[in-house]
Amino acid sequence: MNLDLLARYGPRMLEGLMITVELVAISVALGALLAVPVALARLSKARILRALSFGYVYLFRGTPLLAQLFLVYYGSGQFRDALESVGLWWLFRDPFYCALLTFTLNTGAYQAEILRGAIRSVARGQSEAAAALGLRPFPTFVKVIMPQAMIVALRPLGNEIVLMIKGSAVAAVVTVHDLMGVTRLAYSRSFDISAYLWAAVLYLILVEALRRVWNGLERRLTRHLSLRPTKEASDHLVPDAEDAIS
Amino acid sequence: MQDLFALLQFGSDGWGDEIAAGAWLTLRLALATLPFGLAVGFLVALARNSNRGWLVALGSLFATVFRGLPELLTLFIIYYGGQILLQKAVSLFVDTYVEVSSFVAGLVALGLVFAGYASEVFLGAFRGIGRGQYEASHALGLRPFATLRLVIVPQLLRLALPGLANLWLVLLKDTSLVSVIALNDLLRETAVAVGATKEPFFFYLIACLIYLAMSIVSSFGIGGIERWSERGHVGAR
Repeated sequence: MNLDLLARYGPRMLEGLMITVELVAISVALGALLAVPVALARLSKARILRALSFGYVYLFRGTPLLAQLFLVYYGSGQFRDALESVGLWWLFRDPFYCALLTFTLNTGAYQAEILRGAIRSVARGQSEAAAALGLRPFPTFVKVIMPQAMIVALRPLGNEIVLMIKGSAVAAVVTVHDLMGVTRLAYSRSFDISAYLWAAVLYLILVEALRRVWNGLERRLTRHLSLRPTKEASDHLVPDAEDAIS
Repeated sequence: MQDLFALLQFGSDGWGDEIAAGAWLTLRLALATLPFGLAVGFLVALARNSNRGWLVALGSLFATVFRGLPELLTLFIIYYGGQILLQKAVSLFVDTYVEVSSFVAGLVALGLVFAGYASEVFLGAFRGIGRGQYEASHALGLRPFATLRLVIVPQLLRLALPGLANLWLVLLKDTSLVSVIALNDLLRETAVAVGATKEPFFFYLIACLIYLAMSIVSSFGIGGIERWSERGHVGAR
């Protein structure tokens, strides 16, 4: 282990780690906001909404994140004049914002699919009962469907965040100084492979920390289901209670 | 618009043949990685499913590391680290310069990541096979290896197939990362075309659509394989 390398690049790698966290946290949060309308459009009765949302989700899930990033970062340069005239050039000029936009669109598509599956898993009787109680569609969705869907969606959402942390490393290719970017810089100056090994340790710690936090969150949110659940009760409350709890 | 599509011609005028060659390399890399990743993943799952503590720990460590690291980082570590290790190993015997091919580095790195996830899929499939199957095999006098080959694996495949199909789609997309270590895959050939033509949006869009086409064709293939693997199974519903 080369301590000299660590002394020189250690602090910068930690800064890079913060950029990675920032990039992932913002894009996952914005992606979640995007995912709700997209998931609803996927489930809607209007054919045009279904087709549009299907196209969006399929395009972003079927192509590599790196290719999407290139499309946004390099592709936008071609429309510089148009973007300048609408005052959006600052967004596309900066690699960080480009990465943020790409990741948001990407994770939005994945989260929409997760959400769609989760909403569909809520038993039909729930919305029928809500209708019988006289709840309007919007309160039904927010107060009855979503809380139950979120419990089902929790685990796949955690996995999606982990995938996003790992995927965010490609931002380094368009010169964002995230953890991967700083590490590449350190390697190209020192030719010391331990730079990559340190980065590996940091990424593993980040992923493991998230996993622990998420498990804790899940235990807390599903505690009403896991306290000595009778077989019957858990069968009724969540379709796959086993999955949500374990 | 006409001019743009003229850029996609085959031959010396257009970039069609270069991009097709890149797409072919992407496909070859993914197809070559698949058996390697499946084999390693299966062995890791066997280790994690065994009743020896150290094997379980080793297998779990493997899966945790390769599922937790960014694929790009794994690729760099294998590419540069492999280079250093190989050079050291070779220089013990002869004094020559060796170079790790980026295709092999890509294959190994993507294969290890695939194996990490595949071991998880296989492990889940192992749990889906009842104990009775092992006991019945034992009662019939089958040795452990024969049990695995004749009884467990055929059932395992059906259970593991949906998960593995997903991993194949992920693998297909992850191959794009090798463009960063100078392997002339679809994305890198596209980048070369962009450098020459200054039409980034058009060419990257074409590249995305080719990846999408590969995914769609794969999904059809996967559907066929799944129907084949379900042929002897009468499911619920």
